[in-house]
Amino acid sequence: MGRVVSWIYLFVLYGFIFLPVAVLVLFSFQDGRLPVPPFKGPTLKWYEAVLGNGDLMAALGNSFLVALLSSGMALFLGFLAAHALSRHRLPGSVLMRGILIAPMTVSYLIIALGLLTVFNRIGLPPSLLATGIGHVIINLPLCFSILYAAMGDHQKNAERAARDLGASEAKVLWLVSAPMLVAPMLAAFFLSVTFSWDEFIIAFLLTRFDVTLPVEIWSMLRSGLSPKTNAIGSLVFLASISILIVLEFTVFRKVRK
Amino acid sequence: MTAAVSVRNVLHRFDDFTALHSVDLDISAGEFIVLLGPSGCGKTTLLSILGGFLTPSQGQILIGGRDMTQVPPKDRPTTTMFQDYALFPHMTLLDNVGFGLRMRGQARRQREAKAHDMLAMVGLDEKAKAKPHELSGGQRQRVALARALAVDPDVLLLDEPLGALDLKLRRQMQDELKAIQRRVGTTFVHVTHDQEEAMAVADRIVVMNQGRIEDVGAPQRIYLHPATRFAANFMGEINMIPATATSDGISTPLGDVLIRAGLDGPLSLCLRPESIGLSGDIALGPARLLDAAFFGTHFRCHFAPLAAPDLTLVVHLPQSGHPQIGTTHTLFATTAKVLPA
Repeated sequence: MGRVVSWIYLFVLYGFIFLPVAVLVLFSFQDGRLPVPPFKGPTLKWYEAVLGNGDLMAALGNSFLVALLSSGMALFLGFLAAHALSRHRLPGSVLMRGILIAPMTVSYLIIALGLLTVFNRIGLPPSLLATGIGHVIINLPLCFSILYAAMGDHQKNAERAARDLGASEAKVLWLVSAPMLVAPMLAAFFLSVTFSWDEFIIAFLLTRFDVTLPVEIWSMLRSGLSPKTNAIGSLVFLASISILIVLEFTVFRKVRK
Repeated sequence: MTAAVSVRNVLHRFDDFTALHSVDLDISAGEFIVLLGPSGCGKTTLLSILGGFLTPSQGQILIGGRDMTQVPPKDRPTTTMFQDYALFPHMTLLDNVGFGLRMRGQARRQREAKAHDMLAMVGLDEKAKAKPHELSGGQRQRVALARALAVDPDVLLLDEPLGALDLKLRRQMQDELKAIQRRVGTTFVHVTHDQEEAMAVADRIVVMNQGRIEDVGAPQRIYLHPATRFAANFMGEINMIPATATSDGISTPLGDVLIRAGLDGPLSLCLRPESIGLSGDIALGPARLLDAAFFGTHFRCHFAPLAAPDLTLVVHLPQSGHPQIGTTHTLFATTAKVLPA
């Protein structure tokens, strides 16, 4: 009896999470003008339209670029901050930790408005660079917290040994501290990529000519529902799933061992 | 390579706690020195100061005649073998052992040849491509030793390196450490709280207590003729019999003993359990056997002297005897030491 209930629960749970995605994917194959029931038979023409759309493909590339670069930057800064605060006694370290984590508690809209004002002031026009800086700001607290929590005494002793054997501080970080944190570093990086990938508000307010994918999709939605948006959504979903599967079977498996 | 080490008037404070009180110590090049003492005695603090991980509040450290007090660890001619080995888990044994040479800018081929040599010295060359997590505790310990010695340090600092090993393996590693030290000739400074380990490896033992040096000397000298009561107690079990000085020796509740004390005031006659027996040159008078336990190499017995029944003596009798509880024996001692009470 208990087993049956838990199976039902499992199906309901996954159904709740994945039904909307399944519907989205299904209607990307809709042979008609609107992605709503009834389903009128499969076609690949919307995919053709999407893949042939230069603006969409450019936005996809922009999103990738912003996600990878801003996540790399957030990871780099977060690692240095976490290392400094966990290894050295600094004046006001509690305050510094607080300030580093603070952007996590502020809504993206407020951050975007703040950045817009500042960038306006210093003359940085809305662009992918501005959006990337915004994404570093929202992902830095995440990278910092994950890495700060992962730095233990075990690494501390290995760092001491490296210094004892003649390593400079930069070499200690690059050859010992960072490689010992591969798993949390990858976790922080890919979480950041995900957040940057589907972040909308900051990208919307801080881009103008070159835009990221969520902004492009939003501008398509303004002209009404179309199976085309479903097709983009399906492609993005496919890409995420593929990355996840590849990671699961390569990086994370290796790290666990 | 090897160098002499000189600790001059070193004092170290942690906030309001003084871990070392004006310590002076001279170590010759190629010597195997053991810093011995209970936890909190300052031995690890002194080792950290030698390695450059701490800068003393006052005083000087000279290594090979050069002032090293302010020099950071990476620029010192010392390496440390850490208590938890601190191997790099993401590197192979070869890369672990070659790390110090890599930091000194040596080419890959050269440093790998040297790393292979060092691994061969500790008997692990066939595991050169393994990672540390594939090794047992004793093997990791050997890799840590090879890594620390690969850069030819003048002084090797060992921070309780055998603490995590079981007894049998520890004895074996002590023999190996001693043999390797003789072969490479590097000055070893080894920290431990185990007096048997200290005696097993040391040329000289430095007994420390509460931030001060109590005694420095060869194991035999410290064991048989300790300078202080603390050193006497820490080196092993010892009987302390209250005594006072007389004109030609000392007077104890067990009778007069002809030993020149050279001291005044209340004294203690210190006798190791194995220095007391049924024959010898110092008469201790008759005593009643209270109990006896067989320890393999000897019987460990408690005796109550008839002249002072409230004193209890711990005595090791030979394993061949069959001590009968309740019987009275006349006890003698061979090696005795008189210390201020």
